[in-house]
Amino acid sequence: MSDYKFTEDHEWIRMEDDEIGVCGITEYAQDQLGELVFIELPEIGLEISQGSETAVIESVKAAGELKAPVTGTIVEVNEALADEPETVNSDPQGDGWFVKIKLSDPSELDGLMDEDAYQEYIDGLD
Amino acid sequence: MIEQGLLPGAVRCPGGCDNVASAKDRSKHSKKTASFAVARDTPLSELHRELGARFVEFAGYAMPVHYGEGILKEHAQTRNAAGLFDVSHMGQLRLSGVGSADFLERLMPVDVVDLPANRQAYALLTSDAGGILDDLMVANAGDYLFLVVNASRKQRDIEYLRKHLAGGCDLEVLEDRALVAIQGPRAAQAMARLAPACARLRFMQAAEMEASGIACFVTRSGYTGEDGFEISVASEYAEELARALLADEAVAPAGLGARDTLRLEAGLCLYGQDMDEATTPVEAGLAWAISRSRRPGGARAGGYPGDRIIARQLKEGVSRRRVGIRPQGRAPVRDGVKLVDKRGREVGKITSGAFGATVGGPVAMGYVPAEISAPGTELDAVVRGKGLPVRVARLPFVEHRYYRG
Repeated sequence: MSDYKFTEDHEWIRMEDDEIGVCGITEYAQDQLGELVFIELPEIGLEISQGSETAVIESVKAAGELKAPVTGTIVEVNEALADEPETVNSDPQGDGWFVKIKLSDPSELDGLMDEDAYQEYIDGLD
Repeated sequence: MIEQGLLPGAVRCPGGCDNVASAKDRSKHSKKTASFAVARDTPLSELHRELGARFVEFAGYAMPVHYGEGILKEHAQTRNAAGLFDVSHMGQLRLSGVGSADFLERLMPVDVVDLPANRQAYALLTSDAGGILDDLMVANAGDYLFLVVNASRKQRDIEYLRKHLAGGCDLEVLEDRALVAIQGPRAAQAMARLAPACARLRFMQAAEMEASGIACFVTRSGYTGEDGFEISVASEYAEELARALLADEAVAPAGLGARDTLRLEAGLCLYGQDMDEATTPVEAGLAWAISRSRRPGGARAGGYPGDRIIARQLKEGVSRRRVGIRPQGRAPVRDGVKLVDKRGREVGKITSGAFGATVGGPVAMGYVPAEISAPGTELDAVVRGKGLPVRVARLPFVEHRYYRG
């Protein structure tokens, strides 16, 4: 798990290689949201900037979004989430991944929290 | 990351409660909880904490929105077996004295005078403009009338009733009572183990009885469309009764989240969303609640606030009506969303919307012009700037299964 980076908005990113990062929402986020019922993923090829709305998330009790943790281009999306959004609840940091992004500025990763920092951050929220 | 909590009145609640709405907000204001009023407990709050409830603030109370299983499971549980809900936040009132029935009839288009003993009626308090001040249950408990009002309107209703109280009538606010609802196809079986007398009740009948030796006032009714009971019990025995019901393996606790999705599938209104003071009973599709005796030509026609307007609407119809709305895709369509016709003209709006776990997709209710209220009418719901196709649908989405004997 040490290669995960986290945002204040409870997204995670894990680099697959030097260029491509896999992204999703954290365990904490899925717990707060409750059972997900609808996810709308972006088109492949979409260019997104860090912090912009990238995916729509609807749970039983709330509406939310996945904000891009980094700037780049969407190169792959997790189609399975359209039929089974609940995968995000059961495995938010594994099978519940949302998108893969080709980073245009890898230095943005330096500004994100590592796992310990994120844990400390969410501990401070409760 | 989380934009919008969807339970009415969801705000921050310090001291062990979670804010449904906003993990994002909490990340910015994590320690600043001092300015919020502390939400009230119910007689079952300890039990909820023990059962792992997640809380939301609703009408000044800290209420379970769900327990460990989550809203979808609790919803399914209630349709397949039995769910136990704490609804102690609602107002329980006792109206007694000579002329109480007449007094109430002066405030609502409902037959209270001829409401038989041990029978309950769904009722509407109306305003001079013919709008709905609240919806409530009125039960004839023999030597008093037992009223259950919405938590969000409780204070207003009490002041309103007190203001108009006829001499000789007494209104007592039952502060020391809890209210629990057990709902679902196995509710009757679970309740009968503790209170055999409940088996004799049919839908909308009421009786005093003992459950596990605890005195209760029980009505066979609820807010889910399923068979079940609402049980008024002294606060000090509420936990004991709840635990006794939960001991039945068919019964599981269920929170306000499931309560909302269940009632929506059942086509039942939520005051403050699907109707308010600006909505008339006919617009809200609640003309059935207006008793025959109170309609024009009835034995005690009129004589309640807004009677002329409502009588006219009963005769001539209304320009807008509450309807079911079935989104054609998977995205939920929520309260406040605009409805447009296929030409893009705004025609109405959604007043309640959620994911219906029994239906297996999004369901909603809203208001549209009467001339386009036929089931099957195709409209668009404007969500995130896009038109999502929806259709007007018949209510309820899930058939009621009330026990009528």
